[in-house]
Amino acid sequence: MTSTSLRSRALRLLESVTTPLLPSDYLDLVDPLRAGADLRGRIEAIRSETRDAATVVIRPGRGWRGHVPGQYVRIGIDVAGVRQWRAYSVTSARPDGRITITVKAIPDGKVSNHIVRHAKVGTIIQLDQASGEFVIPAKRPAKTLFLTAGSGITPVMGMLRGHQLDDVVLLHSAPTADDVIFGAELRGLRDRIRLIELHTDTDGMLDVSRIDEHVPDWAERETWACGPQGLLNAVEEHWDQRGIANRLHTERFRPSVLVTGEGGPVTFSRTGKTIEADGSTPLLDVGEQNGVLMPSGCRMGICFGCVSPLREGAVRDLRTGEITTAAPGDGVIIQTCVSAAASACDIDR
Amino acid sequence: MTTTAPAPRKITSAPRTTPRKTSAGDPTAHLTAEQIEELGRELDTLRDEVMASRGERDAAYIRKVISTQRKLELGSRAILLFSLFPPAWLVGTAGLSIAKILENMEIGHNVMHGQWDWMRDPKIHSTTWEWDHASPAEQWKHAHNELHHTYTNVIGKDNDLGYGIMRVDEDQKWIPLYLGQPLWNFVNACFFEYGIAAYDLELGKNLSKRRRNRPEFRARASQVLKKIRGQMLKDYVVHPLLSGPSALTTLTANFTANIVRNLWTHSVIMCGHFPEGVETFERRSIEGETRGEWYLRQMLGSANISGSKAMHLMTGNLSHQIEHHLFPDLPSNRYAEVAPKVRELFDRYGLRYVTGSLPQQVGSAWKKVFKLSLPNGFFDKVTNPVSLFKMVTGQDSAEQPKRAA
Ligand SMILES: Cc1cc2nc3c(=O)[nH]c(=O)nc-3n(C[C@H](O)[C@H](O)[C@H](O)COP(=O)(O)OP(=O)(O)OC[C@H]3O[C@@H](n4cnc5c(N)ncnc54)[C@H](O)[C@@H]3O)c2cc1C
Ligand code: FES
Repeated sequence: MTSTSLRSRALRLLESVTTPLLPSDYLDLVDPLRAGADLRGRIEAIRSETRDAATVVIRPGRGWRGHVPGQYVRIGIDVAGVRQWRAYSVTSARPDGRITITVKAIPDGKVSNHIVRHAKVGTIIQLDQASGEFVIPAKRPAKTLFLTAGSGITPVMGMLRGHQLDDVVLLHSAPTADDVIFGAELRGLRDRIRLIELHTDTDGMLDVSRIDEHVPDWAERETWACGPQGLLNAVEEHWDQRGIANRLHTERFRPSVLVTGEGGPVTFSRTGKTIEADGSTPLLDVGEQNGVLMPSGCRMGICFGCVSPLREGAVRDLRTGEITTAAPGDGVIIQTCVSAAASACDIDR
Repeated sequence: MTTTAPAPRKITSAPRTTPRKTSAGDPTAHLTAEQIEELGRELDTLRDEVMASRGERDAAYIRKVISTQRKLELGSRAILLFSLFPPAWLVGTAGLSIAKILENMEIGHNVMHGQWDWMRDPKIHSTTWEWDHASPAEQWKHAHNELHHTYTNVIGKDNDLGYGIMRVDEDQKWIPLYLGQPLWNFVNACFFEYGIAAYDLELGKNLSKRRRNRPEFRARASQVLKKIRGQMLKDYVVHPLLSGPSALTTLTANFTANIVRNLWTHSVIMCGHFPEGVETFERRSIEGETRGEWYLRQMLGSANISGSKAMHLMTGNLSHQIEHHLFPDLPSNRYAEVAPKVRELFDRYGLRYVTGSLPQQVGSAWKKVFKLSLPNGFFDKVTNPVSLFKMVTGQDSAEQPKRAA
């Protein structure tokens, strides 16, 4: 008998010992980070970075496959007893069995405030493998520009820590010098990179159309930009006008909502719940707020981790306004994180 | 955004819900339709308050109960590997019985009610949970959550009332078969999990040749058989075999634990809707029921058990049956907290809050089983020396059978 079939027999025997539970339900009590378990991590330390940002050191379970600098990881953390999933860029460089994420608390932000102000060392959190395309290609660019603001520095910090790059300019905006996340470390890199700090409380916001005043050779540089919506929209427009959109890479932390409309009653047929939803709340949030088990990912329309079948009804893509409809039996796959109800609809969750 | 209510909300001018007549008359006669709706609104407010306060403390509670239950089960089964030694048998069987009761009551029943869905933990969710029981979660949820909780105590609609095999109300026609109902009830108690599986399958209704061959029924039946096979294999084959020389004693231990669990859960369930003072309802009277009337039916159709914290835990907090029926998806650890507020409403609206100790309520429920196994009036006579004497001596010919007080 091959070793795999031996193992599957042993597993079946174990399952008949623990039925209706699975052996893993018991093993999780003892070692939630073991190989073969659902991917989880343990918070090993929390360090304050600025008055509203903190770095969390996480030891991932044995199933962790590592990350490429610039990628993000999704974490599932219980806030007030409720499991919440959010994406955070990995800010540590190379694997030493631990990773870090750096979170900035935003006003009224459920998860970010919890992590920065209340999370406890020792807590087990849920993890997903790292993903994302916001990375430096194998063929290193000769000249690089990083254009960041606020918490948008996080993926770039991962890249600066993880790669040796020639000729780097970092143009970073934050309200004050004290608000610059990783400020001390970045200033310490001055012999390797050209750092331009813009303190917007005194210097005013970056005017992207006049970027050449800060970085005269900006158009020759391969650029990675990450920050608030307004900044990224302006950057995309400016690079586009110059016809060099192909030299620009952006990372958004939230979707840009274009259109909203009327909502309708949303039925989650597997859970057996019907909820009156408005036309601007993503169906992912509607389900979650009502205890429906919704798969999720980046929560901004890029990863397809949230797709669910629309059994019937109409939904609106919040980014484009496009309406998707399904008749009974269709089971059209939709991204629930960027779709809102456009009429009565029925989701197979 | 609002969740739809767990109950029909239709408001029509149909006749209001009235309990079946009792010796005391209609216990809701003193309430106007307006007052009933006000009662409903007060309960909705109470519900919203507790629901909004769910949080970390509650999540920690259920996780603790689950991990304790799993450790207790593992520990007990480990001890039973040496069940040849009588002390090991005793300790292991006691531990396993408690573990199985906790698993069915405080954990399984409540998780499958969706009481913990708000945590969004896929490991503790009504759509993913499977329990240590003959009836598959899927079928139990349908029969229990959708039928029993919607049609609570409506004769002919609520299968929990006598499980279709018993006479539960004096207005049900008596036939000699009912003489055996104390016995059926006892046998059902011993093998309660199979009884539940059978009635979740609606076995009685589906046994006719035509219905039995329907693919839908066959699929569900094979689901049940598969579940039972797994359960049997675990308790009566795998664990005994693992015990080596203690195989036989482990088998008897597991059998005992299952019986203990069955007897216990059966008693608790009987106490919920059977004791004296609980009202039943006509099928007709719930047509077009309003929110307030639905609440009222739940209030009058359920009974509580009073006792210690440990007793509440072991009943899965179904000792707070009244509160559970009002708010079926409220986390079980919160029922004790809302109970005084609910009771205050009963008092204020002049309604009877039926409660008593476990022995009292079990006794009361069994008394009803015996009483209704006999034609109306018989029970009172045979338990009353004066009328028994008259009956035996043939002096009672013209007397009308009396109802119990
Ligand atoms: C790929 C990716 C990588 C990310 N990396 C990081 C990171 O490294 N560090 C980090 O701090 N965050 C990062 N984020 C953002 C993070 O996932 C959360 O969106 C953020 O922490 C807010 O979550 P919350 O629960 O606190 O806010 P919520 O409770 O979800 O939202 C509260 C309010 O804030 C608004 N809001 C939501 N997100 C933002 C935002 N990013 N900026 C401003 N307002 C917002 C909401 O519309 C809402 O009105 C990343 C997001 C993505 C998609
Ligand atoms: S969660 Fe990533 S696409 Fe919806």
